[in-house]
Parts: sequence; structure tokens; C-alpha cells
Amino acid sequence: MNSSKSIDIKLCGQDFFNFWVGWVERLLAKPIKLACNDGFHYTPEKLGVSFYPSYKKVKLNGSGIGGVMLFLKKSVSIFILLVGVLYVNTLRAELIIDITEGIQSTHKIAIVPFALHAAASDKETEVISQIISADLASSGDFSVLEKDEMLSAPTQAEQVKYRHWAVTGQDYLVIGSILKQGKLYKIKMSLFDVVKKQQINELRINVESSSLRKAGHYLSDAIYKAIMGIDGVFSSRIAYVTTSELANKKKQYSLFVSDYDGNNAVAITKSNEPLMSPAWSPNGLHVAYVSFENKVSEIFVQTLNTGARRSVAKFKGVNGSPAWSPNGKKLAITLSKSGNSDIFILTLANGSVKQLTRSWAIDTEASWSPDGDSILFTSNRGKGAQLYIMPSNGKGTAERLTFEGDYNARGSFSKDGKQVLMVQGGKGSYRVAVLDVEKQQTTILSEGRSDESPSFSPNGQIIIYARRKAGKEILSLVSVDGLKKQDIKSSLGFVREPAWAPKAK
Amino acid sequence: MTIKSKGLMALLLILALSACSDKVVKPQSGTQGALNSVAENSAYDGGNDLSVETVAIGQGQGMDQVTELMQSDTFSNPNSPLSKRVIYFEYDSSNVKAEFVPVVEAHAVYLVNNPNQIITLEGHSDERGTREYNIALAEQRAKSVFNMLQVLGVMNHQVGVVSYGEEKPDAMGSDEQAFQLNRRVEVVYK
Repeated sequence: MNSSKSIDIKLCGQDFFNFWVGWVERLLAKPIKLACNDGFHYTPEKLGVSFYPSYKKVKLNGSGIGGVMLFLKKSVSIFILLVGVLYVNTLRAELIIDITEGIQSTHKIAIVPFALHAAASDKETEVISQIISADLASSGDFSVLEKDEMLSAPTQAEQVKYRHWAVTGQDYLVIGSILKQGKLYKIKMSLFDVVKKQQINELRINVESSSLRKAGHYLSDAIYKAIMGIDGVFSSRIAYVTTSELANKKKQYSLFVSDYDGNNAVAITKSNEPLMSPAWSPNGLHVAYVSFENKVSEIFVQTLNTGARRSVAKFKGVNGSPAWSPNGKKLAITLSKSGNSDIFILTLANGSVKQLTRSWAIDTEASWSPDGDSILFTSNRGKGAQLYIMPSNGKGTAERLTFEGDYNARGSFSKDGKQVLMVQGGKGSYRVAVLDVEKQQTTILSEGRSDESPSFSPNGQIIIYARRKAGKEILSLVSVDGLKKQDIKSSLGFVREPAWAPKAK
Repeated sequence: MTIKSKGLMALLLILALSACSDKVVKPQSGTQGALNSVAENSAYDGGNDLSVETVAIGQGQGMDQVTELMQSDTFSNPNSPLSKRVIYFEYDSSNVKAEFVPVVEAHAVYLVNNPNQIITLEGHSDERGTREYNIALAEQRAKSVFNMLQVLGVMNHQVGVVSYGEEKPDAMGSDEQAFQLNRRVEVVYK
């Protein structure tokens, strides 16, 4: 863009502009002139934005206005709150997804509140359209139209007037209805392409009230798939560890499993001693983790729907870093019973362990290749921690995989095996990075000083990781291209070690 | 092995009583290995309480003895090297620095002279780097101290090693001052 021009924006809302004008100007590296329909021209000075002394009142004829408009529209929906309030043993677990930067929504979508028929006027049914809105907005791929900007509120296909949606620039429209029959909620949802003026699909699902939230995520996934062509993550779950201080000053460590947005959080185990390294079984039914509850490290495997668990590794020394084989039959683990940390393969059926690495150095953080043939691990056998790879059957030697940077650790493969997600350290900062294995090209995805525990979403498009912010530990999301970033706020303050569950089969 | 202190006796008794799992060295297999087949809710209510209780009794009775010992002149007088029970390390290193060698030696002498005294070496790291790597690193630190004690004549059974990595920081904060305090091995008398 030519920096000698300014850009006119015909939008009102003074508070809104107060906040954003300076930011947008900085982004575009050119001044913006703000005009309202009433003919009143806002200047940064009038709006109290005084930090742009170089502001010039140049008349604009810009191309790219649309882009700015889109950007501003999106910022309206920036503060999307997904509030998950769950009471588990009086512990309030609250995670809130907060879009922080890099918003470049490609699709504009309107989600009309669903019509409520026959006794389905309960508040709980409102949840459906709210969940869909929140899901799609949180993906960063959609900008969702505010309810009060809608010109009509159709609930059936016949009532849809495409021009009502085209005029506000929408690409897609979602309408629906909910009918309550006995215990069942019968939900109907239709998706329309506003540009093509045609219906894309219609979905009908019946659920009980306890599954309304699930139904909302299911519909979000359907919309996402229909428009984006890939699976959404809205029905997926995550595991994470929190720490808090009890009234008696003792620390409480909790391992939570929740929906991807933090709702339905359940502490699957708690302890006054550290809990670490949650790892999902490939079928999503079990979680392996490390617990110090017996004052030594120990690996447990817990079955989620029953809560039953068993100790699978309690050797002398370190028992850590469990990683499931793709077929779910083995765990790669770290044990130090042979003297220092080495990788072992544990067969779950009979409890036997086989030593994979034998070095004087630290070998840990094993992860399997998608075909199960190779084990990726962290070792400081060279200078500093780096990633190495070796055959999982132990036949063959370890080869170094990473060469860029002083510290590359905790690697894990993408589903197609082409990328390795890891933590890269250097110059006092530890960041989430992704390595293109073939090209040996590293892309840094985060910008904190102590970012860690990255985990791929089931569709491979998003990465969840832990970072430190203002003395707290929080979870954060970043798209695999690094462009979209979101924080997941928590009332707990210390949330770490997120692990995204695989897609439920 | 003669049992000298009541605390130690209590501790051993508790260890023997509290969990058959303590005897299990090999991991258990299949459904036989179910340590905790209770339902989820009771698993974390009961399990948690149990863990707290075990600790409370195990250390509680022994605690008086240990507290007494730690308050004795030998361990609390700042001029005594035994008053220093934390050994600090450099970044990503498990080498015991020269300035801490006398500290380790003093504990070695005490342990050799008191063969029934047991200790745990707790390895810790700062928050930088990945968590499991830090578990391994902090264990190496504790083992460095362990090896020195061994060379100086301390019996293996007197020393336990546990690594907490970055999970139990001594100092909060993300600056070098906090990092220095967190890269440590704590000598914990039992």
C-alpha cells in the first residue's frame, strides 16, 4: 500500500475507534481518516488518540478498505468468551479462550439464534447457537456476526432473505430450530451459502439435555467441515495439569480432562505431590501420566470412563515421559534404573520393559513416528539437548535430527510424519517450533521466554502449548502456520502440560 | 540393621504397612495390576487423603526426631558445614562446584559416623527447558552428590535419590536470581 494515502472508514462507534485506530494505523503504516454516516469526521485527536503526531489529513481513495473493514469487524468479536465453569470438589476450573492476535478471518458467518418450539424455551437451548458462534470464532477462521447486527431472524429455509446477509457482507448463514419432545431435544440446523444463494446442508440430531453442549460442538464440526473441507476440533478434548495452593498451604496438583474449550472439566486425579506428562492413548480412552504421590515418580494408566487406574512403572529412579505407540499396546518411557535416564519400551499386556537407548547421557521425551517404526527422543549426548531418532525395535543406531539452535527438545511428529513439533531454546528463550523434516527448516511459532509442552490438535491445524504470562502459567493456541494466536485464560493461575486428545474413534 | 531412632522405626513400619506397592519393583500387568480399581470420585477423594495421611504419619512421628536433630548445634550453627544442606548448580550442569565440595564432605563424614542415619537427595532444576528433560537433569545433579558421598564411604542404603525437576521451585519468579536458587540438590535428613 502507498503510505501517502490515508484510508476512510465509514463505521461508527467511538469507543471502538478510540481503542483501535492507532493500532490499525500502525499496522497499515499509514494514517486513517474516520468518517461517520452523520458526516462527522473523527480524527485521532478528537478521539483522544494522541500518540500519532504525524497524522495527516489526506483524503483517501483506497483500495484495501474492504480489508480494513473486515479487520475491524473481526475485532468486534475479538472478545469472545468461552466460559467453562465447573465445580469439581469445590475447585473452580475456568478456562476462557481469548483471541490475542493475528486475526485474518477468511469467512464471515451469521448464526441466527435457533427457534425454540414446544417447551424448549429453557435457557439451556440457547446454548446451542452460542456454542456454535464461540466455536467458529475461536477457530480464527470465522468472523461471527453480532446478534444485534442481524436484519432478520429466519428459523426456516423459506424465511431466508439472502440480501439481508449479503448487505452485511456475510459469506455463510446458519439457522436452526429446537423441538423438545419428552427428554429429547430434536435439533435441526441448516447452513446456507449467502454468495451462491443456496443451502449447503441440513442436519438433524436428537440429544438429551446432558448432551446439548456436545451437540453444539458436533454442529460446529459439521459447519467447519462443510466450509473448510477439514475436520474441526470442536468435539475434541484436552488434558492438562493445574497447581493451586490449599488453605493449609499445601500444594494441590490436579490432572484435568476437559472439552477443548475448557468446559466440562473433570479432575481425573489429584495429589499434594507433582503430577506430570499426561499422554492420551490413541483411542482416547486412557491417559498415562506421572505421579509423585508416593514420594517417588511412578507411571499410571487411567481409564477415563471408570476412573480405574494401575501403576505400570515404578522402578528405582526416574519413571517418566510416557508415550503411547500408535497401536496403543506399548508405552515408550524414560527410566533411570540403569544409571541415568534412558528410553525403554514397556509392553502393557505383560509389563515387560526393553531398554532402547544406552548412553551415558540424558535420553528422554520419547515419541513414536506415525507408523510406529521409529522413536524420536531428546538427548544431550552431543552438545546440549537435541532430537534424535532411532528404530523402535532397537535395531539400529540413533541419528541426530536437529542441528539448528542450542536446544531442541520434546519432539513429536505430525500425523503425516512430515513435521516435528518441538521446543527450541536459545538466548534464554524457549519457544514452540515446528521442523520440516525433509527441508530441515524450522519455523518458530511462539514468542515467549518459557513456552513448552506443545501438542497438535487432532486435525493437525492448531497447536496447544503452555506459556508463562505475568507470573502465571497459561495455555495458549497457535495455528500451525503461526498466524493465529489465542490464550486460554484460567482462573486457576497455573495451568500447564496440555495434551490434545486424538480424534475419538 | 539396628534401628536407632523411633522416627526411623515408625517410618519403616509405615512403609511396610502402607503399601504392598512399595514391594513391587516390577510393574504389574493386566488386570492383576490394578492398584486402584475404585471409581473416579473415590479415587481422588480417597486416594488423595491416603497419600496425605501416609506422609503425615510417616514423617509426623519421625519429624520430631528429625526436627530435633536439625535444631541441634551440629546442624543449625551457621559455622557448621552441616548447616548447609542445599547444593547449587550451574545452568544445564550436574557438576558439583568446588565451593560445595566441603559441604558434601561434611555430610559424608556425618553419615559415615552415623550409619543408621538416612537421607534423601532431592534434585531440582530451574524452569528453563522442557519438564521431563529437567527431571533427568535434576536426577543427574542428585546422583553427582550421591556418587561423591559413596566415594567418601557412605553406604548406599543410607541415601535415597528423587528428582523433582522444575516441579518444586524454591523461588518463584522467572529471573536469574530465582533460577540460581532453583538449580539445586537438597539434602533431606529423615
